[in-house]
Amino acid sequence: MTGVLTALPVLLPALGAGTSLLRPPRSVMRGLSIGVLTGVVVCGAALLVLADQRGPQVLHVGGWPAPLGVTLVADRLAALLLTVSALVALAVLVFAVGQGTAEGRGNSAAVFHPAYLVLVTGVGLAFLTGDLFNLFVAFEVMLAASYVLITLDADENRVRAGMTYTIVSLTSSLLFLSLVALVYAATGTVTLAQLGPRLAELPDGLRSGLALLLLAVLGIKASIVPLHFWLPDSYPTAPAPITAVFAALLTKVGVYALLRTQTLLFPRSDVWTLLACAAIVTMVVGILGALAQDDLNRVLSFALVSHIGFMLFGIALFDVQGLTGTILYVVHHIVVQAALFLAAGLVVRRTGTASLHRMAALPPPGPLIATLFVVPALSLSGIPPLSGFVAKLALLRAAAAQGTTAAYALAAAALFTSLLTLSTMARAGMAAFMERAPGPAEPSPKRPHGTGRVRSGGMRLMLAAAAGTTATGVAVAVCAGPLVGLAGRAAEDLLHPREYRSVVLEGSER
Amino acid sequence: MNTVDVTMAVVVGALFAAGFYLMLQRSLMRIVLGFVLLGHGTNLLLLTAGGTPGRPPLVDGKSDARIADPLPQAMALTAIVITFGLTAFLAALAYRSWRLSGHDEVHDDVEDRRIGTVRERTETDPAPGRDEDNAVPGEDR
Repeated sequence: MTGVLTALPVLLPALGAGTSLLRPPRSVMRGLSIGVLTGVVVCGAALLVLADQRGPQVLHVGGWPAPLGVTLVADRLAALLLTVSALVALAVLVFAVGQGTAEGRGNSAAVFHPAYLVLVTGVGLAFLTGDLFNLFVAFEVMLAASYVLITLDADENRVRAGMTYTIVSLTSSLLFLSLVALVYAATGTVTLAQLGPRLAELPDGLRSGLALLLLAVLGIKASIVPLHFWLPDSYPTAPAPITAVFAALLTKVGVYALLRTQTLLFPRSDVWTLLACAAIVTMVVGILGALAQDDLNRVLSFALVSHIGFMLFGIALFDVQGLTGTILYVVHHIVVQAALFLAAGLVVRRTGTASLHRMAALPPPGPLIATLFVVPALSLSGIPPLSGFVAKLALLRAAAAQGTTAAYALAAAALFTSLLTLSTMARAGMAAFMERAPGPAEPSPKRPHGTGRVRSGGMRLMLAAAAGTTATGVAVAVCAGPLVGLAGRAAEDLLHPREYRSVVLEGSER
Repeated sequence: MNTVDVTMAVVVGALFAAGFYLMLQRSLMRIVLGFVLLGHGTNLLLLTAGGTPGRPPLVDGKSDARIADPLPQAMALTAIVITFGLTAFLAALAYRSWRLSGHDEVHDDVEDRRIGTVRERTETDPAPGRDEDNAVPGEDR
């Protein structure tokens, strides 16, 4: 029974995608997608409870034991991220449905829904998979859907951006595949649970070569500076809901894969200096990039890159507290980044431009949207009662507890970045929401989508979705106590994967 | 530990080198071809990872010959399907780019260039035109 539950987060969206390819009426398709994602949220929550109480839930697909068959493993970390991701994916879907209603678009919905569900399938599979090759397949499923989504209804500019995105992602995927081949050639297995001990037997040079290749591959996917260049170039061109779901999920799946593979495959006992440097550079370069931008979506994209550095912070420390911080940060960031992009989508929709200096000359979009933007923006900057503060505090305490030079350098960079984030967000918020002295009324350059009052049902749905995401972000802060406990246990699992290994390899020879 | 066939190593290396070289070009068609070569190189690497070629796929219970490792072959098959599908997508995207812009070059990021002139624009012109790349589709056919 629990085996089926482990498979459902992958099966449900895959079957849903297949069904919606049959081109049912639009209302049926929407109901189906929303139903499927609700189902995934419920499954994820159930798995989380089971994994927390009874240990990792394992499914050997087709009854083949671990080294031979495909294994799905839902431990605390996987189930937690699965639940949060599905919840955010659901909110973004509601937003997209609202936007579709408000704009009355016809054709693209027939492609959007299947592609969106395939994306969720890939994300679910990436969280649950127990072997390296299957992780590659999950990335491919997810990215293939994202290629379709980013070039949906594309004009020239979006095709250009989509091309950059597609080529960079494909290159990293092929490098990932080469890594799988090299790892298999060296160890004779791709099951994550078996790889740790076997990789430990390899000569040092070979082992670090493989570790570096893995870091480069996942670095492209998680957009670690200097491998981040594709992200701020491509994400901002897509429509708001698509950018939101990409920003919330895709890079975080990369971070998850890094977390999972580094702890299982290349465990270490000290600070990882290389990753610590990468984390510092990522934080600082990302936020300086955000300061220089003029386009609201690009500001948020650079901020996204910068805050990937915070997640690397905890992985670089490589102890229980650091990993706890990283897990909290991933959860916080999935929700908050989606909320920010949805709010930015609403702002752009109201004002008709994404350019901050033009926005400053236009009437502000109103207090509701302002709240929806400012709350996640403050949370991202780490202002106390919100979720960003909880996650940042966990990271800083981990750094202080470790007390090495690298840890203090990381903490300093993190504080500096938080300050600059606040400044960036304040700049964007001022441009978008401050009431101006009545000057010569400038005509809005283009309002192709109307002001949103024409078809208010869709607009209301979009507002509700954005508000729901923001509320989830606040809920993360409200539930901080239990969440920190859960993240701590998940981090403990990651650093001491004996239970994970024994459960996965149960019934096989090793 | 298996020894690797030198021929295979050289071929894989050459495919990777040619693939990356082509991917660094500006023309989309060359990038697509580079991706195809890189995909072939990777698949060959996967096959090579399975050990020396020439072993039987199946043996009867009596003989003590080692069978060929089926796992890298299964992985290579999956990878071939994925690269095939994505090559088709990439080719379609390159075609669309050519239809929209009239050539198949990879463009610079327009926003990057605009960032450099933010200050001037905020002072003078609040609505800058986006009139780069006004090429008519199919112009240089």
